[in-house]
Amino acid sequence: MKDRSLFKTAVIALVSLWIVALVCLPNLLVVAASFLERDEFRFVRPALTLDNYRQVFDPVFFAIFMRSFGFAAATTALALAAGYPFATLLARSRFRRTLLVLVVIPFWTSSLVRTYALIGLLKAKGIVNSLLLATGLVREPLSLLYTDGAVLLGLVYTLLPFMILPLYAAIEKLDPQLSEAGYDLGASRWQVLWHVTLPVTLPGIVAGSILVFLPALGIFYVPDLLGGAKSMLLGNLIKNQFLTARHWPFGSAVSVFLTLLMGLLLWGYYASLKRFNPDLAGTPR
Amino acid sequence: MRRWSRRAYLAAVYLFLYLPLAVLVIYSFNDSRYAAGWKGFTLQWYARLLTNEQLLQSLVNSLVVALLSSIVATAIGTLAAVAFHRYRFPGRRVFYGMLYAVMMSPDIVMGISLLMFFILVGLEIGLLTLLLSHITFCLPFVVVTVYARISGFDPHVLEAAKDLGASEFQTFRHVLLPMLLPAVASGWLLSFTLSLDDVIVSFFVTGPTFEILPLKIYSMVRLGVKPEINALSSLLFGFTLVSVILSQLLVREKRA
Repeated sequence: MKDRSLFKTAVIALVSLWIVALVCLPNLLVVAASFLERDEFRFVRPALTLDNYRQVFDPVFFAIFMRSFGFAAATTALALAAGYPFATLLARSRFRRTLLVLVVIPFWTSSLVRTYALIGLLKAKGIVNSLLLATGLVREPLSLLYTDGAVLLGLVYTLLPFMILPLYAAIEKLDPQLSEAGYDLGASRWQVLWHVTLPVTLPGIVAGSILVFLPALGIFYVPDLLGGAKSMLLGNLIKNQFLTARHWPFGSAVSVFLTLLMGLLLWGYYASLKRFNPDLAGTPR
Repeated sequence: MRRWSRRAYLAAVYLFLYLPLAVLVIYSFNDSRYAAGWKGFTLQWYARLLTNEQLLQSLVNSLVVALLSSIVATAIGTLAAVAFHRYRFPGRRVFYGMLYAVMMSPDIVMGISLLMFFILVGLEIGLLTLLLSHITFCLPFVVVTVYARISGFDPHVLEAAKDLGASEFQTFRHVLLPMLLPAVASGWLLSFTLSLDDVIVSFFVTGPTFEILPLKIYSMVRLGVKPEINALSSLLFGFTLVSVILSQLLVREKRA
């Protein structure tokens, strides 16, 4: 008798309907399209094929994939290298609440605005070149913009807060007694870092890396605005397949690929969470 | 020496994060279109924004989309969090997992999947499709925020409501909702900011008939740096700055 509530039925229906219609269905469409042939006029033709997945391994596209993964991996590595000591210092600081807000502000600022801000810094008549010229370090303005270096800088710059925040959350929870126990048992600084601190904060490291790595593959406007004409990463590839090349099935196959990668990384995250914090892992029971 | 080097490291990272934004804001007041040097203070770039009707229209569009989608996402998300926590229904764990997947999935995959869905069901690309998409990507953030708060509750309070004869809706309206309000508010603020800033999903699900600010900025930036864009970007940054500080003050007040 308790279960016969109109409110309850309506809520469950609304939530289920929304998720089925706007989450499940669209994603199934992408998977379906990735197995169909391209059609000039109706985008897809109902004929099954595996060509789109074969095309993923075509040398031209495969090169873009590898380049894109290279950029994403380098971005993640740089953000982790800069972010981990930073998050550690942040968690130990007396002013950590204020300092944390200062990380949250760029986290919430539009990445497009932040990318645009970088252009002002890097352009031929920008601040960096003016400083270099004024101090006599260079005679001609350097071409900093529209290079691979600018793209990498742009990715690290826009995504760094996404690395710092999960790292901070993991490091702040760290019990200082753990590392003290390590020192008491005669471990060196590096041994404590390697055997105590890093394993315990691993979920934060994995979470931050996912939050940097995946967007670094998809965020098409950073290479668009900071890179040269040939600067093409995975996000630009998908965008072009849908808007310029009009090859939806291939664009879908690339997206499925990206989603599978995400699934793999999330699985890794849960595995690391279960290993070190069994209580935290999992969805509602 | 060690303390000094720690501070220097913190300062260097903050400099990295803020220098470009500081330069952006300073240049939005610079009285020169091209020069790198300082040519005096001016507000003309801000004044010029006010005469750019296309830009103002896209700002209004963005605010309408952000306001509507954040309100609807907060309403559905709050109800969803309650449903996930209190009710047992088929697909509950799968749906909750799907919401997590939405939160983590690359924006670009979401953009193209929604685009294909809208074209399949024959919805014209514009305000409606933009709203449906923004509500969908804001939803998981509201659900997660509110769910975390419900999990911290004493279940006896809800049982007491039931014992006193409250219906499901009455329990929600008079017991759960008041207790959830801070989480609902922060879920809303999150959604509003997410919606206002989104570029990637919107890029696929709206067209030239309904232009929103981030896409307008994107198309302007592709044509080069202009002081008007400096002014506009500074305004957007200022907006984020104020809302983050406000939300921090809200949280602090609640804890005090």
